[in-house]
Amino acid sequence: MANAKLKVGMYWAASCGGCDVALLDIHEKILDVVAVADLVFWPCAMDFKVHHVEAMPDKHIDVCFISGAVRNSENEHMVKLLRRKSKVLCAFGSCAHIGGIPGLANFWDRQSIFQTVYHASPSTENPKGTVPVERFKVAEGELTLPHLYDTVKTLGQTIDVDYFLPGCPPNPDQIAAVIGVIAAGKAPAKGSVVGASERAMCEECPRKKTELKFKSFKRRHLTHPDPEVCFMEQGIVCVGAATRSGCGWRCIGSNMPCRGCYGPLPSVHDQGAKMLSAIAACIDADTPDDVERILDTMPDPAGTFYRFGLPASMLRRRQRGQDGREAR
Amino acid sequence: MASKIGVYVCHCGMNIAGTVDVPAVIEAAKAMPRVALSKEYKFACSDPGQEMIKQDIKAHGLDAIVVAACSPLMHEKTFRRAVEAAGLNPFLLSIANIREQGSWVTEDPAKATEKAKAIVAGAVFRAARQEPLEMRSVEIHRAALVVGGGIAGIQAALDLADSGIPTTLVERQPSIGGYMAMFDKTFPTLDCSACILTPKMTAVGQHENIKLMAYSEVESVSGFVGNFQVRIRRKAAYVDHTKCNGCGMCMEKCPYKAPSEFDQGLSQRRAIYVPFAQAVPNKPVIDPATCVRFKGKKCKTCIKFCEPGAIDFEQKDSVEEVTVGSIVVATGFQPMDAKKIPQLAYGRHPEVYTALEFERLNNAAGPTQGKILTKDGRVPQSVAILNCTGSRDTNYHEYCSRVCCMYALKYAHLIKEKLHEATVFDFYIDMRCFGKGYEEFYRRLQDEGVRFIRGKAAQVFGGKEYKAIANAAGFIDGLEDHQLVVQAEDSLLGKLIRVPVDMVVLTPAVEARADADEVGRKFLVSRGADGFFLEQHPKLAPVSTTNDGVYIAGACQGPKDIPDSVAQGSAAAGKALGLIARREVEVEGTTASVVDELCSGCKCCLTLCAYNAISFDADRHRSSINEVLCKGCGTCVASCPSSAIKAKHFTDEQIFAEIEGLMSM
Ligand SMILES: Cc1cc2nc3c(=O)[nH]c(=O)nc-3n(C[C@H](O)[C@H](O)[C@H](O)COP(=O)(O)OP(=O)(O)OC[C@H]3O[C@@H](n4cnc5c(N)ncnc54)[C@H](O)[C@@H]3O)c2cc1C
Repeated sequence: MANAKLKVGMYWAASCGGCDVALLDIHEKILDVVAVADLVFWPCAMDFKVHHVEAMPDKHIDVCFISGAVRNSENEHMVKLLRRKSKVLCAFGSCAHIGGIPGLANFWDRQSIFQTVYHASPSTENPKGTVPVERFKVAEGELTLPHLYDTVKTLGQTIDVDYFLPGCPPNPDQIAAVIGVIAAGKAPAKGSVVGASERAMCEECPRKKTELKFKSFKRRHLTHPDPEVCFMEQGIVCVGAATRSGCGWRCIGSNMPCRGCYGPLPSVHDQGAKMLSAIAACIDADTPDDVERILDTMPDPAGTFYRFGLPASMLRRRQRGQDGREAR
Repeated sequence: MASKIGVYVCHCGMNIAGTVDVPAVIEAAKAMPRVALSKEYKFACSDPGQEMIKQDIKAHGLDAIVVAACSPLMHEKTFRRAVEAAGLNPFLLSIANIREQGSWVTEDPAKATEKAKAIVAGAVFRAARQEPLEMRSVEIHRAALVVGGGIAGIQAALDLADSGIPTTLVERQPSIGGYMAMFDKTFPTLDCSACILTPKMTAVGQHENIKLMAYSEVESVSGFVGNFQVRIRRKAAYVDHTKCNGCGMCMEKCPYKAPSEFDQGLSQRRAIYVPFAQAVPNKPVIDPATCVRFKGKKCKTCIKFCEPGAIDFEQKDSVEEVTVGSIVVATGFQPMDAKKIPQLAYGRHPEVYTALEFERLNNAAGPTQGKILTKDGRVPQSVAILNCTGSRDTNYHEYCSRVCCMYALKYAHLIKEKLHEATVFDFYIDMRCFGKGYEEFYRRLQDEGVRFIRGKAAQVFGGKEYKAIANAAGFIDGLEDHQLVVQAEDSLLGKLIRVPVDMVVLTPAVEARADADEVGRKFLVSRGADGFFLEQHPKLAPVSTTNDGVYIAGACQGPKDIPDSVAQGSAAAGKALGLIARREVEVEGTTASVVDELCSGCKCCLTLCAYNAISFDADRHRSSINEVLCKGCGTCVASCPSSAIKAKHFTDEQIFAEIEGLMSM
C-alpha cells in the first residue's frame, strides 16, 4: 500500500485560519501525516488554485477537511465543489461544525452588518459612503466579489458531511488521532462527531464543585477566580456543563471558563437553551424580583450562550419581520 | 411505535361542533400518518361514546388513541379508563384539546377548524411515540394542615380534628379569629360576633387533635399530595408560653405603648400584649418594635411582674417541620386602602372612617366601649355610609365585594338603635341582598327610616373646605366647619345632591391579601385576574385547586360573608378528609430518570428537586433519581445541560413529534 498514499485536502470557508494553524500545531506528527498522506489542496499553506480542484476527477480526494462556516456565495461554491471531489468530507472546527464565531452574525443580517461596518461604527471614516459592490467594471474587465448572505450556515446545513471534528480550534492530539483512525480505514459511523467525548466538560474538569448557587454574575476579566474552584460557584458563567469534552480543558486549565466551542452534547437540541436552563436552575433567588436582579447582572446572554452554536441551534437566527427585513 | 391509531373527534354538543367543522377534521385525520380510523361522536365522554372506543380497540387492534375533545383536566381520566378497559395501556392515549384551546377561543369557524386539525395532528404524531407506563400508588399521611385562623380556617380545623385527624393550624397573628373577631354584631341576624365565634376559638385551643401554632407562618412546602413536608416558622414571642399562666400582669404594667392593630389604631396597646381579651391562645407576645429593650434600654418591668418567670428575651424564631396529607389554605382577605381614593377624604378628615374602624368604634369591647362618638367626643346627628368604596369600579376593583351592602345595613341599624335621633344616609349603586334573610333585613331597615340614596358618592368635602369653594347654588345653610359634605348624583331623581353629615363611613373593597402572590407560590395555588386564589372549577370544584391535596376556603378565594366562609371551611375539610380516607393515591407514572452514559456530574440538577428525589454519587460522579420520590414535574429535565435526564411521557422525541404534527397542517 506504500504507493497508495491518502490524498488529503484542507479548505477554509468563513474561518479565521486558526484551524489551519491547529493542523500545523500537531508539530512533528505532521510528518506522520505526510508519511501516509499527500496534501493535494491546502490554500492556506500551499499554492493551490481553484482550477486545480476543478480539474480533479470526482472523488479524487480521499479525505477533505473543511474549516469555517458558510456565509457567502464563494464559500458555498467551494464546499459544494469539494464535496463532489472528495470521498470522505470532515467538518473541521467549531465554525464548520456548528457555525462558530461567524455564526453570531445571525443575530443581525447583511444590511445591518453593512450599516455598522461601513457607516456607523465609531472607527469608520467613510465620507463618501462607499460600500462593496459585487460587480464592478474596470478597464481590464469586470471585478467580482462573492455575495454575502443574510444567514450564516454550518457546513452540514450546506452539504452532506461525513464527520464533525469540533473545537475552536480542535485539539491537535485529537486531530492526529482522527486522521490516524481514518487512514487506518476504521472510520466511525457517518454523521458522527469525532475527536470529542460524549460527556460534558464537567466530567474531566479538575475543579472542585460543592454546591451550585449564585446571587450575581461576575465577568471573567473583572475577577481573579480561584483556579481550584468551579467557575460557576464563583458566579462566572462557564458553559462547560453544556459542552462536549475532549478539548483537554485548555481554557479551564488557563483559568478561563469554558466558552462552549466543542458544541452540544449528543442528545441536546440547543446548547444555548440548555445552558440557560441550567444556569437558571442555579440562581439563588427568593422572589421573582430577585431573579430579575440577578439576571440583570449577566452581560450579553445571547452572545454568551450561543457564542459558537447559533446557526446550529433551534434559534438559528434572529427572527425577521414579515417583509424579510430585520424584526426589532 | 404505534401504527394503528384511532382518532375520535367529539362534538361536545355545540361546544365544539358549533365552531369547528368536525367532519372536515375527521377527513384530515384520516390522511395523517398511522391513523387507522377516524370517527366523530356527539359526546365522546358519554357511556356509548366510551363504549365505541373500547369496541374499536378490540375490533381493529388499535394501538394508540387520540381523543379530540375538551381539556385533559376534564376527561383524560375518563378516556384513560376506557382505553385501559379495552386492554390498552392508559398512557397510549393522547388528548387533543380542541375546545378550550380551539372552539372556545375563536368565533371564526374556518380558523377554529384549521386549529383543530393542527392540534389533532400534534396529538397523532405524539401518540405514535407514546410508551406504556404504570401508575404508582403512594400512601397518604393521616394529618392535615390548615393555614389561616379566620372563621374559615377555624371551621376547617375543627371539622378535621373532630373526625380524628391530627391537624396543625397555623395563624400569622398572635391570636386566631380573623376579621370576625373584630365585629360587634353580624348581619343579618345581628348575632353578637364574639358570642358565636369565641366558643369555636376556645374549642380550637383545647382540641386534642389540633396543634395550634399562632404567631407562626409557613416557610416552605415540599412533597406532594398525601405527603407534604411543611416547614413552619414560629416567631419569637419573647415569652415562654409553656410557663405563662396568662395572668396579664405584664400587660398591665408595661410602660410602653403602640397603636392597637386590632382596634385599627383607635386605641393603644402595650409593647407586651394580646390583641384582644378573648384571644386564643391567650398568651402575650412582645413587639420588638415597641419594647425599649430592643433599643438597648434596660427596662425590666415585665420580667419583674411575671410570677412564673416566662419572659425570655433570648428567645429566637423556631422552625418546626410537619408532614401532612392535605392542606387547607384559608388566609382570608384585606380591606382596600381607602386612601387610594383621595376624593373620599379618608386620612384627611378625622370623621371619615373605614368600615373596620367603625366596627371597632361600635364594639362594646372597643376604644369607646361601643359608643358611637366623633373623635372629639360629640354624638353624631347624621352619618353617611358610602357603598362600593373601590368595588364595582373599574378604576379599582371591577368585582362586587359582596359583603358591604349588608354590613352597611348592619351599621345603619346599629346607629339607629344607639342614636335614635341620628339620620343615616346610605349611598348605594344597587342594594345586593342575595343571601338567606338578607332582603328581609333590607326591608326592615327601610322601615327603620334609613335614607337610602341611589347614587355613588363622588366626593367628600370637609365643612370648612366646602364653604371655601361653594358658590351660591351649592350653599348649605348652617354647615359647620367640623362637618362633612357628601356629593353624589341621586340617580333616581337625576339630580346632583350635597348632603351635610357629621360622620362618613366608607366600605373599602374586599381584596386579595398583599402577600397572596407569595402565599400562592408556596402552596402552588394560582390566582385569578382579581388576585384571589383560583379554584379548580368555578362551579364544580369550588374548594379544590389544581395542586392535588391543596384546598382553599373562605375569603382568600373571593369576597365572602361568614356563612359562605364557614360553608367553604367545612367543604374544604370534607375534601381533605375524603382524600385522607382513601389512604393511598395513585400518582402518574410520568417520572424522570438519569441516563448514566450521558451524565457528566455537573450537579446542576441537585439544588432543584422539590421532592428530594435526586442524589449524587460522589465516587461515580453521577446523579441519580429515586423514582419513588420523583413526581415527574420535569424541572430537572429542563435544567440538565447534557439532556441526560429524561421525562417519561414527555420525552424530547414526543414533544418534537407533537410540534412537527402541529406544523404539518
Ligand atoms: C367591615 C366588614 C364587616 C363584615 N361584617 C360581616 C357580617 O356582619 N356578617 C358576615 O357574614 N360577614 C361579614 N363580613 C365578612 C367577613 O369578614 C368574612 O366573611 C370573613 O372574615 C372571612 O373569613 P376568612 O377566615 O376567610 O378570612 P379572615 O377573616 O381574613 O381570616 C384569615 C386569617 O388568616 C390569617 N392569615 C392570613 N395570611 C396568613 C398566612 N400567610 N399564614 C398564616 N395565617 C395567615 C389572618 O391573620 C387571619 O387570621 C364583614 C367584612 C368586613 C370587611
